[in-house]
Amino acid sequence: MSKGRVWKYGDDVNTDVIYAGRYTYQQLEPAEMAKKAFEDLDPAFASGVKPGDVIVAGKNFGCGSSREQAAACLRYAGVQAVIAKSFSRIYFRNAINLGLAVLQSLDAPDALPSGDEIDIDFEGGRILSGGRVFTFFPLPESVLGIVRAGGLLEWTKKKLATP
Amino acid sequence: MKQTFSEKILSRKAGRSVRAGEVITASPDFYLSHDNSSAIIGEFKKLGLAKVKAPGKIVIILDHIVPASEEKYAQNHKTIREFVRAQGLPHFFDIQHGVCHQVLSESGFALPGRLIMGSDSHTTTYGAYGAFAAGIGRTEMASIWATDEIWLRVPETLRIEFRGAFPRGVFAKDAILKVIGDNGADRANYEAVEFAGPASSSFSLASRMVLANMAAEMGAKNGYFAPDDLTLDWARAHGRGGFEPVSSDPGAAYEAVLDCDLSVLEPQIACPHTVDNVKPVREVEGKPFHQALLGTCTNGRFEDLEVAARILTGRTVHPGIRLLVLPASRAVYLEAMKAGLLEILSEAGGVILNPGCGPCLGAHEGLLAPGEVVVGTSNRNFKGRMGGRDSEIYLASPATVAASALEGKIADPRKYL
Repeated sequence: MSKGRVWKYGDDVNTDVIYAGRYTYQQLEPAEMAKKAFEDLDPAFASGVKPGDVIVAGKNFGCGSSREQAAACLRYAGVQAVIAKSFSRIYFRNAINLGLAVLQSLDAPDALPSGDEIDIDFEGGRILSGGRVFTFFPLPESVLGIVRAGGLLEWTKKKLATP
Repeated sequence: MKQTFSEKILSRKAGRSVRAGEVITASPDFYLSHDNSSAIIGEFKKLGLAKVKAPGKIVIILDHIVPASEEKYAQNHKTIREFVRAQGLPHFFDIQHGVCHQVLSESGFALPGRLIMGSDSHTTTYGAYGAFAAGIGRTEMASIWATDEIWLRVPETLRIEFRGAFPRGVFAKDAILKVIGDNGADRANYEAVEFAGPASSSFSLASRMVLANMAAEMGAKNGYFAPDDLTLDWARAHGRGGFEPVSSDPGAAYEAVLDCDLSVLEPQIACPHTVDNVKPVREVEGKPFHQALLGTCTNGRFEDLEVAARILTGRTVHPGIRLLVLPASRAVYLEAMKAGLLEILSEAGGVILNPGCGPCLGAHEGLLAPGEVVVGTSNRNFKGRMGGRDSEIYLASPATVAASALEGKIADPRKYL
C-alpha cells in the first residue's frame, strides 16, 4: 500500500503542456526537468508537488508528441503514479520504459478531487480513498517484465547479457 | 484466416500468424530519429555497447532546430555527426534536407509492406506508402539500436471509407479534420487506421501523407493506405531496395467502419486548444489573427504551395499578417522554386523559411507572443506549442491559410478558387 496526494486534471492532457517544446531539445538535468512539469497547464504544480503525489486525469492522458521527458519530468518531480481513464499509446510505452507507473482506471478519475489523500494497492489493483475502493487494470504480462527489470534499459541490458 | 493489413505485416515479422491483441517481437526494416538522436545516443551509451546492431537500418535526419539557433543545439548536432561517423551509419541527412517525414519518404525508405519505427509521433506518415509505421520514445529507440528488436501489440483496425469527390476549395486536410472533429482526438487510440473506400485512390500521395500524418492526432498507432498503382509506380521508380505490398483481406475484422462522404464537405478549421475542436471555417470567419504558417510535414508539399500560390498570385497578404512559408524538404523547395511558386509567395509578402520543422513545435523560430494568434497548416494546436502560453493556434488547409492571410482574418478559400 502506498500513500499519495492527488493532483487532478481533465481529459486530453497533452505532452506539450506536460513538458513544453521549448525545453524538449535541451538536455536538462532531472532536477531542472522536474521544475518544468505542467508549466503551461498548472504553474503551481512544480513548486507544490511532493514525493509520492499522484496525477489523476481523464481520458487520453499524454496525447501528442512522443517526447519521453513528459513521463520523465513527472517521475523526477516525485510523482509515483498517473491514474487516468485512458492513456495515449506512446505515452503509455514511454512511462513503462522509464519506470513511471501508469494506472488505467475507469471509476477513480471522476471520484477523486485534487488534494485527496489516497492509497494505491499496486499488487491488488486497488485505489482506496476515505473508505471507497476503486480498481485499475493490471499491466499486461508482456510489459510487466520491463517494469520488474526497472525500465527498458535495464531490461535490454539483461537481454543482451543472455546468450 | 482473414487478416487486416496490420495483422498480416506483423505476422510476417513475427514468423507466425497473429491476431489483433497479441504481442510480438519484431525486427523493423528501418528506424528514424532526428535531433533527438543526441539524447538517444546518451541512452545507448548507458548500455555499454561499442556498436549498434544494424547500422544500415538507422536513418537520422536533422530537422527540428535547423540550422542550430543556440550553442546547445549546435552541440547536439555535433554529437550526432560524430556518432554517425564513429558508427559508420550510411543514412544520415544533415540540416539541409528538410522535415524527417518528407525526407525519409522521398528518399525511398517508406515502401509498401515495410515496418518502420520512428522516435517522432508523426512517424505514422509513411502509411501513405503502404508501410506500417509507428512512433516510439527515445529510450525505446536506444534499445532498438542495441537489439534490432521491439515489442509491438498487434493493433485493432478502424477503417475509414471515403466516397464521393471533393467540392471546389476542399482538400485532404479538411477531410481529416472533419473525421477527427466528429470522432475525437482519442478515437483511434492504440489502433491502426485504414484509409479506404472508393475515393481513397483518388488522393495524391502528398494528400495521403496529410491523412496518415494526422492519424497520430486521433491517437492511432499507425495510419495506412493500401498500395495501388500510384504507390507501386512510385515505389518502383524511387524505392530503395525491394518491397512486398501488403493489403487487408476482404472480410477482415475491423473494430469499426466509419463513412466519410467527401462531396458534402466544406472547409474545416481546428480551433484552440485541441485538434478535435473542429468547426466549419464559415463559423469562425472574420476572426483576426497575426501569423500565417504555410507548410510543415503535414502540408508543405508542392500541391500545398501550389494552391496557396494560386490564391496569392498578383496579390499581397494583409499588412497585419506575417506569412511564414515552410517547404517540407529541399526537394519540394527546389521544385517550387523552379515552378515559380516561391517567387509568387515571396512577392505576396511571404517569408520563405528553410525546410525543417520551423515554428511548428515552438522551439526556435517564428514564435508567438502572448495573446497572438496563428492560422497554420500544421498538425497540432496544443496550448503554448508555438510560443506564449496565451497564444492561440488554428489549423486548416493551405487554401484556407492563404485566403486568411490575404484578408487578415480567417476566411473561406472557396471564393478564390
